[in-house]
Amino acid sequence: MKREIILETKKIKKSFLIGKNREIAVLEDIDLKIFSGEFVSILGQSGAGKSTLLRIIAGLVEPSDGEVLYKGIPLKKADAKIAVVFQSFALFPWFTVLENVKVGLVELGLNEEQMNERAIRAIDLVGLDGFEDAYPRELSGGMRQRVGIARALAVEPELLLMDEPFSALDVLTADNLRGDIIDLWKDGKLPVKAIILVTHNIEEAVSMSSRAIILSHNPGKIKAEIPIELPYPRDRNSRDFKFLLDKIYTALIKSPEEIPFLLAAGRYQFLPHAKVGAIAGLIELVHDKGGIVDIYALSSELSMEVDDIFPLIEAAVILDFGEIREGDFLLTEKGKKWAEADTLEKKEIFKEVALQNVQLIKQIMQVLSTISKHRVSEEFFIDILKNHFTPEESWNQLETAIDWGRYAELFAYDYDAGELYLEAPETIDM
Amino acid sequence: MKIPISIPAETFRIRAIDVGVFLIVLGILSFIIYIASQWGGPYERTLEIDLNPANIPAYAMQSLARIFLAYLLSLVFSIWYGYTASRTKIHEKIMIPLLDILQSIPVLSFLPGVVLAMIALFPGKRIGLEIACVLLIFTGQVWNMTFSFYHSISTIPKEMREVVKIFKFNKFSKFLRLDLPFSAIGLIWNSMMSVAGGWFFLMACEMFVLEDKDFRLPGLGSYIQTAANTGNIEYVIYGLGTMILLIIILDVFIWRPLIVWSQRFRLETIPPEDERESFVLNLFTGSTVIRKLADFLNNGINKIEKLSYTKFKLPEKSLINKISKILGLIVLLTLISIILWAFLKAVGLLSSITFNDIIIILEASFYSLIRVFVALLIALSWTLPVGVYIGLNPRAAKFLQGIVQIAASVPATAVFPVILLFLIKLGGGLDIGAIFLMLLGTQWYLLFNIIAGASSIPKDLIEISRAYGIKGIRKWKTLILPGIFPYLVTGLITASGGAWNATIVSEYVSFGGDIMRTEGLGALISSSSAEGNFGLLLLSTCFMSAIVVGINRLIWKRLFILAKTKYVLE
Repeated sequence: MKREIILETKKIKKSFLIGKNREIAVLEDIDLKIFSGEFVSILGQSGAGKSTLLRIIAGLVEPSDGEVLYKGIPLKKADAKIAVVFQSFALFPWFTVLENVKVGLVELGLNEEQMNERAIRAIDLVGLDGFEDAYPRELSGGMRQRVGIARALAVEPELLLMDEPFSALDVLTADNLRGDIIDLWKDGKLPVKAIILVTHNIEEAVSMSSRAIILSHNPGKIKAEIPIELPYPRDRNSRDFKFLLDKIYTALIKSPEEIPFLLAAGRYQFLPHAKVGAIAGLIELVHDKGGIVDIYALSSELSMEVDDIFPLIEAAVILDFGEIREGDFLLTEKGKKWAEADTLEKKEIFKEVALQNVQLIKQIMQVLSTISKHRVSEEFFIDILKNHFTPEESWNQLETAIDWGRYAELFAYDYDAGELYLEAPETIDM
Repeated sequence: MKIPISIPAETFRIRAIDVGVFLIVLGILSFIIYIASQWGGPYERTLEIDLNPANIPAYAMQSLARIFLAYLLSLVFSIWYGYTASRTKIHEKIMIPLLDILQSIPVLSFLPGVVLAMIALFPGKRIGLEIACVLLIFTGQVWNMTFSFYHSISTIPKEMREVVKIFKFNKFSKFLRLDLPFSAIGLIWNSMMSVAGGWFFLMACEMFVLEDKDFRLPGLGSYIQTAANTGNIEYVIYGLGTMILLIIILDVFIWRPLIVWSQRFRLETIPPEDERESFVLNLFTGSTVIRKLADFLNNGINKIEKLSYTKFKLPEKSLINKISKILGLIVLLTLISIILWAFLKAVGLLSSITFNDIIIILEASFYSLIRVFVALLIALSWTLPVGVYIGLNPRAAKFLQGIVQIAASVPATAVFPVILLFLIKLGGGLDIGAIFLMLLGTQWYLLFNIIAGASSIPKDLIEISRAYGIKGIRKWKTLILPGIFPYLVTGLITASGGAWNATIVSEYVSFGGDIMRTEGLGALISSSSAEGNFGLLLLSTCFMSAIVVGINRLIWKRLFILAKTKYVLE
């Protein structure tokens, strides 16, 4: 039987204009087909444009190029039945649970009884019976998100979109809620035809969805599609489950040649947002474990999510402290030396590798030592970075470089004046 | 006590758009003043204010009605303006700086223009003067409410706005369910402050002299002034007492219940107002009649909302867009032609200005600048220690804050006559007296902000300072001043604006048939409007707005940005 295509995206592109005629692509060439009966998860690191993609599908954001078809009709013209569950719950604090769930029903032209009936059905479905008259602030995070889900289900959407719905919850609560949703989904109790889940939690994707779509970073492109055909309930300790986890991890992390410089296509090196302290923590931990670890095992041991651990690993690779080989992370000789060094030596080593490998730090040092007063406004570097990154990302880049540079005692930063400067310029002049 | 900060956090450089907006305002101002110069026909009626205390309730009711009408007008205007400004980027770019400038124009400069225009519209009838009075109070009340509403709706979280889009709310639902609740807390706070400010202008506009004509409206303000003019202290005290009583009644029966009630509209991220209670609200919620009434209202609103989706479904969007575009174009064209015309006329008005006048204005500005500066210094010198003491001692706060609030609620203009009596007795002129009068109006902004700042200094920082034996001047330098800095700046911004505005009423006073004046920009504005010298009035008003805006941009807002970045307690 050929399954119905609920939603299709064709060559979606989203870019933002920065400055004069320069644009930065967030999403590029996104071709997606969502079939009826599917539970699709979209994975990617933060900044990969997953949430933007979800908002384009929801009709909240216009793509710069390409189109979204809802059952073959352009989304704007189609009478699309789409509902969204938000990361921050987005409940009205001044409404009770029941009023919040009814929010989406007013527009449907139902009378009061029909509205109440539908809302209460949805509330019961997510297990909130008895809380109809409670206000959101009386509920725990997990219960609040249940209200968010009930609100989306009450309108009986054909396509349910979920934007990192569990990431604001603690681990146990999130697990519990995931389990409930999977149960409802597999029993066909959810009044929806398909679900799209945006997440950066790989285990969540593997335990819930039937297909994982992996977005690359900068710009977001579909990098891999991995079908997940395990039967529910899924056993997290099974070999198949672990195999899929590993597969997605490997797909998600930048390929080794992608990380170190990213200069291939004239692109500016992207600094992962990692603080020196955290990088040092990682390197020392890996060193204690014999200099080689499985990335997935490491992340679950530290209970860190992709967004937290990948930047550290990437930073280590850029700094030539480690490398990635088939899902493993191993230390280089430099990395081992750094792990063993004392505080002062650490700074020395870091200074050397940063000057060697980090484009932005090199550039900063060049500018600072050429200018006679050895003091330059941060805006100067931001202007350079804005040619390559969004304004927000430019600040992130500079912030990371300042953190690294300060640690290495290469240059200092005056917060009040917003200036970078050399502390002992005479030594560098020579 | 918490004072919601409603100063927009954009960059504060003076841009081309600001200049353009300033010119537009100038045009409109010229228009009003020009109209005034043309329509200054005779107004015959002179109303005698009867000082018999039995008349006070009737006078008070009339004053209250004026303030209430002006407030309603302000509310509607705020919502309309805030909405329009937040609709598109272009609207925002023009309308928000415009608001900033409008806010800095001394309201009392409008007095002759508005009064004469209204009297011309309703010749010989009181209604004209009444409308003028309401409009003036309105211009004193509206700006902070508008800022607050605009600020609230532009800070609604993105995901909340997306919810509204996803579930296809119409405009009415969006207003009712999202925008209004979201702005409720700020709007109610600012309403309270605005109405309090309304009393200030009431005093000025119920009784004044314009071009040798005496204008009077029956009201509490004119009662107090008449009593003071005739040197009758007893009646002044009756009048003032009634006013304070009214202010307290409004506070207990309207504002406090509203503020407590509005706490339901706070977001999780905003910490709750510390256990505020309102026994009136408790009384209300306990009553079945009130509850029935609330239910009835609620159902009615729900029905209307549902109807808005079916019966009154608005026609196709494109049609509305077309109509509104055409309307917008027409409005724009009319505006431009009015402004052009007004500019031409303004040039005519200004042609009577001589070089000498400009020198006079510059000199007057200098004197007023010094007075404002001294007034701020004096205000700081007592509000800083007192405010910090109250803020850091919760027990003192409970007791003192009530007193301070009542003291602050008495409009400075109402106390002027009494103080003038003293000044005359002491034999001092208005040179120093004006500073004292300005202080009356502006010191409270500072005090309240300092109290709020001091009470927001984290407990652990205070304890640490104690543990390390940080005392005296060092304590002020390391803990207190940096801790209250953002609040201090906010207070100074408001106080400085208020002080400039107060120069108009405090540098030039007519009292008991005599006119007392000193040299200053405010006196210049008052005297030129009293004498009907419209050219001078226009120019000096523009000068004052330019000074206020300039000081805001160049000094206060820079400090404000510093406060928001460096001295922020996270």
